[in-house]
Amino acid sequence: MSNKGLRKVDILFSQYSVAPYQILKQTMKKNKADVLTEINESGLRGRGGAGFPTGMKWQIMADEKAEEKYIICNADEGEPGTFKDRKLLVEVPRKVISGMAIAAWITNSTKGYIYLRAEYNYLIPALKKELEVFEEYSKQFGLDFPIEIFSGSGAYVCGEETALIESMEGKRGEPRNKPPFPTQEGYLGKPTLVNNVETLASVSMVCRYGSEKYKSLGTDAQRGSKLFSLSGDSPKEGVHEFELGMKVSDFVAEYGDGDTKAIQVGGVAGYCIPRKNFENTIIGEGNTTGGATMIFNSTRSMYNVIHNYLEFFVEESCGQCTPCRVGTQQLLKGIEAVKVGDKPECYLQDLIKLSKTMKITSKCGLGQSVTNSFTSIITNFPEEMIY
Amino acid sequence: MEEVSKIIKEKIKEVGNQRTALLPILQAIMKEQNYVKKEDMVDVAEALDISAADVYGTSSFYSFIETEETGKYLIRICKSITCENKGKKQVLKAIEKELQIDLGETTYDKKFTLKPTNCLGLCDMGPAMLINDEPFTELTTELVSEIICEFRNR
Ligand SMILES: Cc1cc2nc3c(=O)[nH]c(=O)nc-3n(C[C@H](O)[C@H](O)[C@H](O)COP(=O)(O)O)c2cc1C
Ligand code: SF4
Repeated sequence: MSNKGLRKVDILFSQYSVAPYQILKQTMKKNKADVLTEINESGLRGRGGAGFPTGMKWQIMADEKAEEKYIICNADEGEPGTFKDRKLLVEVPRKVISGMAIAAWITNSTKGYIYLRAEYNYLIPALKKELEVFEEYSKQFGLDFPIEIFSGSGAYVCGEETALIESMEGKRGEPRNKPPFPTQEGYLGKPTLVNNVETLASVSMVCRYGSEKYKSLGTDAQRGSKLFSLSGDSPKEGVHEFELGMKVSDFVAEYGDGDTKAIQVGGVAGYCIPRKNFENTIIGEGNTTGGATMIFNSTRSMYNVIHNYLEFFVEESCGQCTPCRVGTQQLLKGIEAVKVGDKPECYLQDLIKLSKTMKITSKCGLGQSVTNSFTSIITNFPEEMIY
Repeated sequence: MEEVSKIIKEKIKEVGNQRTALLPILQAIMKEQNYVKKEDMVDVAEALDISAADVYGTSSFYSFIETEETGKYLIRICKSITCENKGKKQVLKAIEKELQIDLGETTYDKKFTLKPTNCLGLCDMGPAMLINDEPFTELTTELVSEIICEFRNR
């Protein structure tokens, strides 16, 4: 466990260079292989949840030979409690678009899409304007890479990269089997690179500052800086940027309201950490990559919290596989039955077992991750489930 | 109101007549009339040369594609945990009272529909809601009355 304390940084929202798209211009003067090495060396991992090493994914994509190859910026941001991608798209869209363009240049990709959740449709006019600026400059730099916005239609599971692709193809957003991975067979069967908004913006920053500097931030487990969307019982809600590797207790001391009972890290797909574990839990080691942090103080009922999460999962399960479709419903019914006394206390243990079975047998990350918050809340707050 | 057949034609001109055009077309219809009728689905299916069942299957998957009659202004109030904890219940009650409808219903004059929705990504400014595409944040019971009043007169 490496605790580095709470170290705020200001990288992702730092000011633009004076002339537009200078990072892209400078990067394109270098050798593609060298830039890819930089990204690999930086230790940057995907910020969309799965935490896959970005450089490695780009290498795989670069090695794919095809006439058409696509870059998709995943701006579906549906995880409850997450809003950092929105802030990036509002305040520094140029960094995100630069990241897409650098990806296209390195991997010889032909077209880009920003898959924007329907809830963010109001961002489209400003984004379109920025894309016009990009078009002008990318042409000057000799890069032929048109980018379009594809609007989602309100489905959390479409943030999962293969469901996202299905949805762009005009189908129900049901996750596909992997392999083949999108880099092999993605949108319209062509190699497709899907990256999170923050990952792409971070690539721009790696290119601006170099991998040495970027790598010096964070811990061995998680390199670089990371955005946290903070909401709940905190006087300082909003998006904050830190080096990874701080203790929950340091975080709560700075951002709690003095009465913090629990903190949800990594959104509803992540873990709920109770007060007694604040001291020995490091944010960014095995418990989060998405960065949604919700603080609950002692006036909050953890039964209401898990009930709310489960309703969310029931609704957002695409229904394709039985463990997730039926499991989420049974968990919800189960805790309701315990609450009213229709089932005994020990039934909660059966429900935990069920959630663990869902982890093993569900097809995608949605069904697989329900157990994270479910088990952590039930085991840490059993009395609140009963009384 | 624009004819749906015209919307379909225009969208196809823009994005082609492949299956990939399906969501953009449905979204364009939503924008015009706030829901997609059964007849519209048949038209879309014909235009893209796919089955109407496919169009329905896709439409019904997405919570932002409405398949039942919906008012001119679709209010989607966030029901995720942070907004819930910040007093969404009172705000929702105030809207219901103002519009004289329950959650899930449409006003008699077909001007407003009130629906719950999952996280809008506005948690730091909750309680939050969308009216069509427009976000409204830090809602209070007084504020929602004002907002609805403004929309009534639009
Ligand atoms: C249910 C579910 C929802 C997801 N939602 C998102 C999302 O909103 N945004 C995102 O970037 N990744 C999301 N992901 C992860 C993507 O599948 C994918 O791993 C990611 O976009 C890859 O980008 P990265 O490597 O830059 O993180 C989701 C995954 C699952 C299983
Ligand atoms: S785990 Fe759930 S969301 Fe994922 S494919 Fe299965 S049913 Fe669909």
